[in-house]
Amino acid sequence: MSEVPVALPVLRKLQRFEHEGGMLSWVASVDHKQIGILYLVTSLIFFLAGGVEALLMRTQLIVPENRFLNPSLYNQIFTMHGTTMIFLVVVPVLLGLMVYLIPLMIGARDFAFPRLNAFAYWMYALGGLLLYFSFFAHDAPAAGWFAYTPLSEKPYSNLQGMDYWALSLLVVGTGTIATGLNVIATIASMRIKGMSLRHLPLFAWMSLINSFLIVGAMPALNAALVMLLVDRQLQGNFFKPAAGGSPIFWQHVFWNFGHPEVYIMVLPAFGIISEVIPVFSRKVIYGYAVVAGSTVAIALLSFGVWAHHMFAVGLGHFLDLVFAASSMLIAVPTGVKIFNWIATMWGGAIRFTTSMWFAVAFLVMFTIGGLSGVMFAVVPIDWQLTDTYFVVAHMHYVLFGGTAFAVFAGIYYWFPKFSGRMLSERMGKWHFWLTFIGFNLTFMVQHSLGMLGMPRRVFTYPNIHTWKVLNFVSTIGAYILGVSVVVFLWNVIASARQGRTAGDDPWDAWTLEWATSSPPPVHNFDYVPPVRSARPLWDLKHPEDTDWERARKRQRNGR
Amino acid sequence: MPVTSALQAHSTLDQPIVHLMIVVLVIMSAILVLVTTLVIVASIRFRQRAGMPEPEQNFGNPKLEMTWTIVPFLLLVSIFVLTVITMAHSDPSKTTAAGDDLSPDLVVSGHQFWWEVQYPQAGFTTANEIHIPAGRRMLVRLIGADVIHDFWVPELSRKMDMIPGSPNEIWLLADHPGTYLGTCAEFCGDEHAWMRIRVIAQTSQEFEQWEQSQEQTPPPPTTPQAKHGEQLFRSMSCANCHAVSGVSSGRVGPDLTHLASRETLAAGRLGNNPVNLEAWIHDPSNFKPGSYMPNASLKPEDLSAMVAYLETLR
Repeated sequence: MSEVPVALPVLRKLQRFEHEGGMLSWVASVDHKQIGILYLVTSLIFFLAGGVEALLMRTQLIVPENRFLNPSLYNQIFTMHGTTMIFLVVVPVLLGLMVYLIPLMIGARDFAFPRLNAFAYWMYALGGLLLYFSFFAHDAPAAGWFAYTPLSEKPYSNLQGMDYWALSLLVVGTGTIATGLNVIATIASMRIKGMSLRHLPLFAWMSLINSFLIVGAMPALNAALVMLLVDRQLQGNFFKPAAGGSPIFWQHVFWNFGHPEVYIMVLPAFGIISEVIPVFSRKVIYGYAVVAGSTVAIALLSFGVWAHHMFAVGLGHFLDLVFAASSMLIAVPTGVKIFNWIATMWGGAIRFTTSMWFAVAFLVMFTIGGLSGVMFAVVPIDWQLTDTYFVVAHMHYVLFGGTAFAVFAGIYYWFPKFSGRMLSERMGKWHFWLTFIGFNLTFMVQHSLGMLGMPRRVFTYPNIHTWKVLNFVSTIGAYILGVSVVVFLWNVIASARQGRTAGDDPWDAWTLEWATSSPPPVHNFDYVPPVRSARPLWDLKHPEDTDWERARKRQRNGR
Repeated sequence: MPVTSALQAHSTLDQPIVHLMIVVLVIMSAILVLVTTLVIVASIRFRQRAGMPEPEQNFGNPKLEMTWTIVPFLLLVSIFVLTVITMAHSDPSKTTAAGDDLSPDLVVSGHQFWWEVQYPQAGFTTANEIHIPAGRRMLVRLIGADVIHDFWVPELSRKMDMIPGSPNEIWLLADHPGTYLGTCAEFCGDEHAWMRIRVIAQTSQEFEQWEQSQEQTPPPPTTPQAKHGEQLFRSMSCANCHAVSGVSSGRVGPDLTHLASRETLAAGRLGNNPVNLEAWIHDPSNFKPGSYMPNASLKPEDLSAMVAYLETLR
């Protein structure tokens, strides 16, 4: 009990910071909006770090047999790039949007567990620092973000980088699980009156399903990490073949997490697109139930597709075919959404804001990533193309052309709500076109590189004419992409200071977050309009043609 | 340097994969063109114009949505059927009709960062270059000696992991004589990039000649310089790691018995000629940092002697 007298004044001070505002409130806050902003800003910082790593890699690969980076450093950098982008950028930027927006979308005051919310963010920040501290503790991890055993085991990775990697992901992952649980609890218990699950905005729907995926998948990663740490630190033998362990076991556990993780990184992006496209097309989402229901199908199937990462392992034709079937099946509910979004645009009155540009580009870019993904479900094609640059191209079309484009659409859409100011549309168009051109230049040619036999994760390559030309093009594209990020940063910083004032509802939108001021007050709402459909603000603005009356009519007509 | 391509088959085993890949690429491209066209048409046709009222709110059409669920599903079912057929053709069974295991014609082991190639029937070992008779199917056993590697020669066969503790097998076939480039396709550490392999398919006559030459122990060196080189090879640590038939039996590094007859050095890092060989032995880490080949710090005259000796290993 001796700590109490010391702890209490500190606690009181923290609480004071929280209420008085100012810089220190950012440390003490349990307000979901502040925590959401913290997530977004932190993931932006890690995005810059991961982006610099990408540019270093592309610079090394600009000409064959380049000596800009030595192989050890290159391997550290690509490992850090993958780990950073997946665990410290894509997942947390989506969590940030979820944390900021979900209570507003469901008309709640805050999360169900505000302190858990803050705890989860600080676990993420700590885990990120832990990973980057490895650079100062001799060596960063260098066994890839997938850390295949036995390469990641002591004899082959004997420096501490791997241990930092495992500990950091354990910490980050625990925070992610906490947020997942919190989102489920919040959506289950904090929805305002009238907000039935049929009236939930699609972003909240996707976030809810995403949270179940997090809670189901992340523990598999944590288990794998603990086993790896036991092997490395306590001379365990989980993955060491000489002592009866199995390297393939690591792959099963890792991908058992890893494939749901792919959907964890993309479902909230689907949610963003399902908010942005209807508002800027001035039309209700086409097939709300199908968009939400197909996401449930994706979530269930995503736990049964992991071995499509392992078709070259030699599991035998039967198992390969089982996972080929499930992987092809999961393409169906994903493809359905693309058509639903296009049908939403069809017959609309489309406003091409920067947000909408990114959303429309997402449709095509993500389709490319999705289609090349189906190719990997075709086992013999995977036998040829897995572990080549074709995979690098494929997953960047999913994660950058898909998720990053959607996140940019979301940032341009919700920035006015976060800050009270509009992002510059002029700078936004520059940002969009530089991103679009740079991205496609970088990654489109990598499809060809893979087809031409270039393996991935190589620090250099022999002087083969086609490889030389395509790698050069890819690196130039990466530099353009680098410039686009600078334009984006400039836009965010300049607009946050002196952008046009946004007002509560600059886009004439339909969900509850636009029914309060921008930025919202600490308590979120002074007044929440009645919720009788998925578009309460449409109902408010169009009393002659409300969604709920239409729904009632449809029911009466037996449709 | 010859070009490799996963869209080109030089093997009747790989041909079905290339055909399937082309069929699937055409289907995927057609879908991409459809989606892109719809997006562009919608973007142009349904742009908001000044003074436009809110458009008609369309909540969906179950029949239409069912269509764009079922059509892709059927398309995928047909791709699945093609997958099953292609797998059987491109990766046929490795057992006899009675279900017994066939014995391998070749055993290839992946090491950090080179390939050990054994011919168990003839009983000799070589490295980094695989000779096969054109037109004959060779059963290859794949072994991971330390970490996971992956054997991939795009124009001849599927890729297959080499996993420590659980060997895999593939069929390797080249229809015509030629040199086919391949690479380690699973990230295996620092020098993964320079773990290249080449398959040299020969007419059966040439292959038999090559096999006979490999079975022979190279004649002892005759010049004083080469003799000095051999002594150095035995007395220094070289012999601990490298095997030379009749001289040493180290198995940590590549077998050097017929080193001088190979096309490349250090798993495809350098062309094999005396100048490159000398440069490689002088400072391996200059060419392959991360390789386990140590710098022997030889005096210039010893280095020349060593090269002279190794050049006799034909």
